[in-house]
Amino acid sequence: MISISRGTAIARKELRQLLRDRLTFGMIIGIPLLQMTLFGYAINTDVRHLRAAVADQAGTQRSRMLVADAEASQVIDVVDHVDTAQQLRARLRDGSIHVGVLIPRDFERRIQDGSRVAAQLLVDGSDPLILQSALGLRALPVAGRERRNRRFGGMQTFEVRAYYNPERRSEVQIIPGLIGVILTMTMVLFTAVAIVRERERGNLELLITTPVRTIELMTGKIVPYIGIGLIQVTLVLLVGSILFRVPIRGELSDIYLAALAFIMASLSFGLLISTFARSQFQAAQMTLFFFLPSILLSGFMFPYDGMPRPAQWIAEVLPLTHFVRMIRGIILRGASIGEVGAEAIPLAIFFAATLALALTRFRKRLD
Amino acid sequence: MDEPYAIESNDLTRRFGTLTAVDHVTLRIPHAQIYGFLGPNGSGKSTTIRMLCGLLAPSEGNATVLGLQVPKQAEILRSKIGYMTQKFSLYDDLTVRENLEFIGEVYSLPRHRRHQRVGELLERYDLGDQTDQYAGTMSGGQRQRLALAAATLHEPELLFLDEPTSAVDPQSRRDFWESLFALCDAGTTILVSTHYMDEAERCHSLAILDRGALVAEGPPRKLKSEISETVLEIEAEQLRAARTALDRIDAVESVAQLGPRLHALIEADLEHPEQTVRAVLDEQGIEARVEKVEAGLEDVFVSVTRRRETSPARP
Repeated sequence: MISISRGTAIARKELRQLLRDRLTFGMIIGIPLLQMTLFGYAINTDVRHLRAAVADQAGTQRSRMLVADAEASQVIDVVDHVDTAQQLRARLRDGSIHVGVLIPRDFERRIQDGSRVAAQLLVDGSDPLILQSALGLRALPVAGRERRNRRFGGMQTFEVRAYYNPERRSEVQIIPGLIGVILTMTMVLFTAVAIVRERERGNLELLITTPVRTIELMTGKIVPYIGIGLIQVTLVLLVGSILFRVPIRGELSDIYLAALAFIMASLSFGLLISTFARSQFQAAQMTLFFFLPSILLSGFMFPYDGMPRPAQWIAEVLPLTHFVRMIRGIILRGASIGEVGAEAIPLAIFFAATLALALTRFRKRLD
Repeated sequence: MDEPYAIESNDLTRRFGTLTAVDHVTLRIPHAQIYGFLGPNGSGKSTTIRMLCGLLAPSEGNATVLGLQVPKQAEILRSKIGYMTQKFSLYDDLTVRENLEFIGEVYSLPRHRRHQRVGELLERYDLGDQTDQYAGTMSGGQRQRLALAAATLHEPELLFLDEPTSAVDPQSRRDFWESLFALCDAGTTILVSTHYMDEAERCHSLAILDRGALVAEGPPRKLKSEISETVLEIEAEQLRAARTALDRIDAVESVAQLGPRLHALIEADLEHPEQTVRAVLDEQGIEARVEKVEAGLEDVFVSVTRRRETSPARP
């Protein structure tokens, strides 16, 4: 006989345990809230405020107005003025701008002519969403040209030149960042679980009565995973370049250097989690809480420039944000570690801070 | 060994929230002895051991182990002590040799010395056939020998054993105690906790713990001779009836059945206890043999833990 009261007894017991397990309960409430705010805020495919630099070689009143109009459209924010197209391309490669506005010397003549585009937009095509937004600027009207425009059958103001991913294949854009996503998930979880597992199985009680120092225990736990992380990087690179024909334009050594910095930051965060988590399951739960914002806010899925300020602040703290910038620069834009190396500084700070916190929190005690 | 005692503690106390797990325990444990902690589960044996190892900070009181303050100087102490946890705490997914080699490395034994010690201990603790077996697949007795080998690998001066024989068959227990005596003869001080009377009996000296407090201390023989009650052994056909009759006598503090016999603890100031009990049993028509016997350790245990239950305040 099936007993309803036995069934409800189990359901009541389950609910009671659930309410007492604060972390699981937190996930029930927290994950939908987190997802909704993150998605609602960060996912904005209509990207605005792309960082841009201008090379205005014409230097006329009309050219300055064109730049002002482009800025007024809110699609770009002009952060710098340079002289040559070459300088624009360098800024694109190191990731400091996403759009370069090149206004040629013969700008005025081109406008009079009407059959030629008036200027060029140099766009970082490694992110399709950025490219798409920049394309919206193509038909920006220029003073004195509107009338002729009709006559010449809608000749655009700007010619858009997409760099780094001219075919606009999304796998090219995704795979470099995916290295970071995979590393975030595995590195944080592995280290978090590695220490908690010893605690759960009782090994830690023995270990902490031996002369092993906390720093030895922690580094001993981290080091094997650095190797595993680098193997994962190799795997993604191999599959990416063979199967998905992702171009690797930068130096392999630079890729591994960037990955190393990121792996260290992820591992130390895993250690920090391990000092909070009481069980392997809790460690996995906490990892998920870190993983979600990382994947959504880092620029891996949605361009950083399109996010509201608070989301950008959070993104700046997340290691993945800086890694995605570095790795896209190196792999897709052929940047050197020197050019994107500034992004390694926040990673180093994150590593040092989380490791220090983990070391002070982990005590060779049971209380 | 300049200090007179291997372990000295004064009013060692540990609270977890409102629970007092260890309550003002004062100990003086001499060198090269097997010293036992006897008490039921939850009496504070493990917590006391953990404080003495420096794994838990005392809420109150202090302890000096091998002349070192714990937990302040615990780091220096660690290389001088061995600790065998209640739960098997070596790695299930490593082999016997791998476990021992790992422990040897952790204690920084030089390579040559390490191999030598591992070889010695594999032989001494009869683990030669299990060298390449995963620890997780071994029997309770084998695991326990492995744990002892691991705890003594670095030749500690002081060994803490927390209920080492709880998952072990009687023959293994006997062998295990032989090993302990061998270690003790070699100069090691051993602190062992147990809830088995026969194991407690083997210790040179003994502390009986009850709900966190130390209620009696001394060599087993002394504890038995100094028991404050008279112990009567009653043998009868109708044991249940005899027991009911005994319970009605005010001077009888407790009655426990040991197989076909009863042990009754009688207040010491009752004169002629045997006659009194015999008279009561005769009255009930119960035929019984009543005899005054020497106290066993179990009688001592019942006596000292009962006294604390009845006395309203801690002495």
